[in-house]
Amino acid sequence: MKKEDVKFQEIFSRYKGDREELIPILQDTQAIYGYLTDPAMCAIARFLRVPQSQVYGVSTFFAQFYFTRRGKHAIKVCLGTACHVKGAGRLMEAFEREMGIGCGCITDDYSFSLERVNCVGACAIAPVVMVGEDVYGHVESKRVKEVLETYADKT
Amino acid sequence: MRIKLEPLRQEAVKNWQELQSFGQPIILVGAATCGRASGALDVMAAIGEKMKELEIDAIVRQTGCVGMCHSEVLVDIIKPGRPRITYAKITPELAKELVEDYLVHDNAREDLAICVQGETPDEDLQVRVVMRNCGHIDPNSITDYLAQDGYMGLAKALEMMPQEIIDEVKVSGLRGRGGGGFPAGRKWESCLQVESDQKYVICNADEGDPGAFMDRSVLEGDPHSVIEGMAIAGYAIGASKGILYVRAEYPLAIRQLKIAIEQAKERNLLGENILGSGFSFDLDIFQGAGAFVCGESTALVLSIEGKRGMPKPLPRPRTSEEGLWGKPTLLNNVKTFACVAQIIHRGPDWFKSIGTEKCPGTAVFALTGKVNKCGLIEVPMGIELDKIINEIGGGVAGGRAFKAVQTGGPSGGCLPADMLNLPVDIDSLTAAGSMMGSGGMVVMDDSTCMVDVARYFLEFSLEESCGQCAPCRVGTEQMLTILKDITQGKGREGDIDLLVEMGKAIIDGSICGLGQSAPNPVLSTIRYFRDEYEAHIRDKECPAKACKALITYTIDAEKCQACGRCLKACPTQAITGAKKTPHTIDSDKCDKCGICFSECPDRFAAVLITTGGTESSN
Repeated sequence: MKKEDVKFQEIFSRYKGDREELIPILQDTQAIYGYLTDPAMCAIARFLRVPQSQVYGVSTFFAQFYFTRRGKHAIKVCLGTACHVKGAGRLMEAFEREMGIGCGCITDDYSFSLERVNCVGACAIAPVVMVGEDVYGHVESKRVKEVLETYADKT
Repeated sequence: MRIKLEPLRQEAVKNWQELQSFGQPIILVGAATCGRASGALDVMAAIGEKMKELEIDAIVRQTGCVGMCHSEVLVDIIKPGRPRITYAKITPELAKELVEDYLVHDNAREDLAICVQGETPDEDLQVRVVMRNCGHIDPNSITDYLAQDGYMGLAKALEMMPQEIIDEVKVSGLRGRGGGGFPAGRKWESCLQVESDQKYVICNADEGDPGAFMDRSVLEGDPHSVIEGMAIAGYAIGASKGILYVRAEYPLAIRQLKIAIEQAKERNLLGENILGSGFSFDLDIFQGAGAFVCGESTALVLSIEGKRGMPKPLPRPRTSEEGLWGKPTLLNNVKTFACVAQIIHRGPDWFKSIGTEKCPGTAVFALTGKVNKCGLIEVPMGIELDKIINEIGGGVAGGRAFKAVQTGGPSGGCLPADMLNLPVDIDSLTAAGSMMGSGGMVVMDDSTCMVDVARYFLEFSLEESCGQCAPCRVGTEQMLTILKDITQGKGREGDIDLLVEMGKAIIDGSICGLGQSAPNPVLSTIRYFRDEYEAHIRDKECPAKACKALITYTIDAEKCQACGRCLKACPTQAITGAKKTPHTIDSDKCDKCGICFSECPDRFAAVLITTGGTESSN
């Protein structure tokens, strides 16, 4: 058995194989690689005995699921309402400029990915940026470089 | 039948009293998500270190969020025989000082304190029902909750007939706190009346509104209040299974809930034969995978069934008659359930004494944006907007002028300054063209462009549209195109009327609440800020100086002191100049990022923003 198959089997062993378990299974599977690989989708479809099209149909519907590899450090710029009125749009542009990639993209060396989130619920310290699990509050455009440099060494 | 809660309660009260009179100081650290984002865990570690170093004994406990997010990290210290003192904006360094100064040298450090006895400065304006325990008890301790009369509502309910409970909820006048405002008692009754072998209770904690975090705070700070409410609902409608539908983006809330459910099971407050009553109720957590439209009941139910969350078109049975797996399903918001436990325990008349006649109880708002004191507030229904923003919120930040307040998220609208005397409740906000929604309240000042805000919300709704009905899928996109044109100075005469016409058509034609409310932010900003739209279209001018296409950055040669700050900071090298030579901005290279504007010291204020002939400096 291939290494990744073992990982899938371990996840599946926690489930009965019912259709309604699809979303929790997708969530657990994504936790392995940070995104849903094609072999994973195939394995899930087989396990639940549903067409792959339905597995894709459900997973593409929800914002939580990714289908491409993520950067080692996922940068999430919050574009919730409170962040928006405090200039998150320009902050996102500053990240795009500094990283040389657009929102939703990954740097060539896979060290960073940049994405937007619709609210992390830390509105009181807007604008907010999350790097992995770390939360940065009151981020100004000029601090973008500093935030990126903190993680550049850890790649 | 005798409900055996009393022994549990007495033990909990004893524990609680012991804790208060143990002779040891108690240190409470607010460690909900907002506290943690501000470094609460580092503060806790620093306190621990310092206590070890000084060899002091004290009880250090985590609590949820008391609502004063503007002052995080919050640390409370209760010394035996002294009032409880709350300290604001504590860093690890300050925490160490505080421990040494207060616990060793008995210097209460009044310079760091913001209030005593856990009384927030605006105590007289706020009423705590839903958030009564948040920030006071340890959310991971069921005995803390029991000591605050927790589960007494459930114990009382189990000795009542289901219809009696529903009657109490009806008498209390409680209306759904998720946005719709549907009378909770009537919803419960319709669930009770349907005959079925299996029924479900679902708590909607898929808080997807950008700018809202009330439900998260309640789950993180007082998870048992929601569990209790759900169990009461289960008994009242005859359901043995409950599901907490929580956003996957709320990992801390999920963790606290799991702990709380386990603790409740251990004490037989959940599970088989609860407290010897013969009633069994199980609770599971379902992690929502991130779809705003799943706030709609049929979409939420479908996603639990493992399908795409696409709302079912009318005519269809109500979820309360035919919901999850085709069975009667009661779906209420986090705050609704948190109210229920209190209503049963303290009686419907108590609940009715708060708020207004048609909307009894309280409203919980996440007050954010350009306001001095961002945070979570709980106020009686019917309070004026002005009191919320200027008294509790401390007014607009930075001394700027108030322009609008947005409520209800992407389904709501913006209200202007002359509506500040509006009494806030579910109906009054709807009548004013906005909505209470689940409770986001974002304050905007004169630097926020209302056209841009409308564009922002519409973009959100478009992205979150499930796409099955054309008015929502195509209509919002067309409206967004027009709005983008307007913000880029390409607006045409007639655009405003076209937006209004399309907005009304989308409201009429969409099949679910998302489409039916998506145009609200646009329509309400047109209603109250039409002149701003007109300025964009006719004069190619953005009065708030926010729309990039309509503004230019220049440097006032007379004011510029040639300090070089902006020159160094400019990411596109658009600024030229030298020592003693006033700087200039090359408008072709300028990206309008605004960094020069924020870099230029206030005492020079040399960077100017111009739009359609008017200018302003920082």
